[in-house]
Amino acid sequence: MENKNAIISVKDLVKNYDDFKAVKGLSFEVYENEIFGLLGPNGAGKTTTLEIIETLRKKTAGEVIVDGFSVDSDPSAIKAIIGVQLQAAGYYPNLNLVELLELFGGLYGADIKPMEMLEKVNLQDKAKAKYKALSGGQKQRFSIATTLINSPKIIFLDEPTTGLDPQARRNLWDLITEIRNNGTTVVITTHYMDEAEQLCDRVAFVENGQIIALDTPDQLIDNLIASGFERKKEVKKANLEDVFINLTGKEWRED
Amino acid sequence: MAKTYNHTKATLALAKASFRSIMRSPSAVVFTLAFPLIFILVFGFLGGGGTKLDVAVAPDSDLQNPIISALEKVSVVRLKKGDNLDNINKNLEKGNYDALIKVEKNPSGLPAFITTVKYTSASMDKGNILRSVLNELSYKLNTQNMKPTVTEIRATTVEGRLYRTIDFILPGQLGFSLLSTGVFGTAFVFFSLRQNLVIKRFFATPVRRSSIVLGEGIARIGFALLGALFIILIGHFAFHFTLINGAATVINMLVLATLGVIVFMGFGFVVSGLAKSESTIPPISNIITLPQFLLSGTFFSIDAFPNWLQPISRALPLTYLNDAMRKVAFEGANLWDVKHQMLIMLIWGIGIYAVAVKTFKWE
Repeated sequence: MENKNAIISVKDLVKNYDDFKAVKGLSFEVYENEIFGLLGPNGAGKTTTLEIIETLRKKTAGEVIVDGFSVDSDPSAIKAIIGVQLQAAGYYPNLNLVELLELFGGLYGADIKPMEMLEKVNLQDKAKAKYKALSGGQKQRFSIATTLINSPKIIFLDEPTTGLDPQARRNLWDLITEIRNNGTTVVITTHYMDEAEQLCDRVAFVENGQIIALDTPDQLIDNLIASGFERKKEVKKANLEDVFINLTGKEWRED
Repeated sequence: MAKTYNHTKATLALAKASFRSIMRSPSAVVFTLAFPLIFILVFGFLGGGGTKLDVAVAPDSDLQNPIISALEKVSVVRLKKGDNLDNINKNLEKGNYDALIKVEKNPSGLPAFITTVKYTSASMDKGNILRSVLNELSYKLNTQNMKPTVTEIRATTVEGRLYRTIDFILPGQLGFSLLSTGVFGTAFVFFSLRQNLVIKRFFATPVRRSSIVLGEGIARIGFALLGALFIILIGHFAFHFTLINGAATVINMLVLATLGVIVFMGFGFVVSGLAKSESTIPPISNIITLPQFLLSGTFFSIDAFPNWLQPISRALPLTYLNDAMRKVAFEGANLWDVKHQMLIMLIWGIGIYAVAVKTFKWE
């Protein structure tokens, strides 16, 4: 682990909103080309941490370095090499997907072919649709397409699978894995543990503005078992979600 | 990085996106084009008639006399014959008739005819016009074949440009169109972009804040000018709106329109910052647009307002835009001639943008 290249390094990060301390001295590193998960309950400080790294929010104290650039001195250099998907973000009204991608191409200064971008997320059939008319899974896939426009080194996905049905969720996992396999580092937040276990190379548990554990999902589970933990019920070889997927199929769904 | 980031390209991409969005937004099209056009249509068809005096002729009046035939030749007078007295009296009370006239042969010789006129307090000003028409008529009839002893008035009329209702109404409607595009459009767009985190997503790209404002501004000005051009051309070709120097006048008007919409966008920025929710935008915007709509000489000349109201009218930016537009379109003034009006708009602009910088919110 130690010989891996850290592309993001966060040291003693603190963020206070007036009296409220949202982030209380976080430190972690994200390695190049991994899927890194920030896990934790709502309000734990995941989104705040993410937005500080994305240069969207000012930190109170600490140090954040992204690919050699500091968020304090080089925010625009960071913006040029990252792709950001915000929780619940909307898009410019009255435009269709192709037009939105053209807009983002201009904003990033990247020459892109909108249809190729849409193909990457399997939305080519929806080229002329408005963002509002998309289903939840399609919206998330489109958001991910907008993060890929500048061929970023890192993409940040804030709860991309919240509210999606099992098929859409699995399709998104496949998409995220594919993006990682193409050489992009992925930082993702979620509060679904099965998702983190399947998808993430390493995860950090954030609770109350602090990191309480950071390791590979396997290692964290092994540690827990080593401490003598046992599930109350014997785990079967499949769960209810497997049944659901088995019955309804795994193909892309339009809604 | 392989190539440097191009801020102009980002600004233009935003302008293009915004323009597309505006063109597809029903409210923008309705307020900028449909509303002003409806007013122009209504006033375009109403106007041009000028004043008409409806004078009822009493049923028992003599009709074959020089007075009636002379009145028939007066173009502002419309004589209504054959109505019964009951009806005439009712309509006099309502002001539908402006006066009742009755001419009788004088049984005792001279003067040959006696003319009785009944005016109505429901139509005093038209009554007064009729009074002077009759005075002149009686003077002419009575002094026929007589040499005037003191003076003879020889009046001529200068051949002037016909000032139609459209020449007054269209610049006012144009001003109103620019005002609503500037205020409502800008306020709604920036509020919803902020509320839906669209701007936040933009901030995650290398784009500058100034590019976002500039891009939006370019799109809105472009749309407003397109609307203005459309209104001017419809007015000109369908209702003979006067464009004294043709294309040059149109260009001057568009320059004024640009200045106007930039100033009004400042109000829009302020509103978008003040509004707490989408539903508070219309009331706040109306507080800004409605008084100007009514008091800035959009429908009536400011001179017609009571004295205490006029200073208020003369403080509003739309007043000066309307004024400048009318001068340019009808009097053929150039932009230097309306520098006073432009200066006042500029001062408004500086003031409102100073407020906008304080109130505008990005997130």
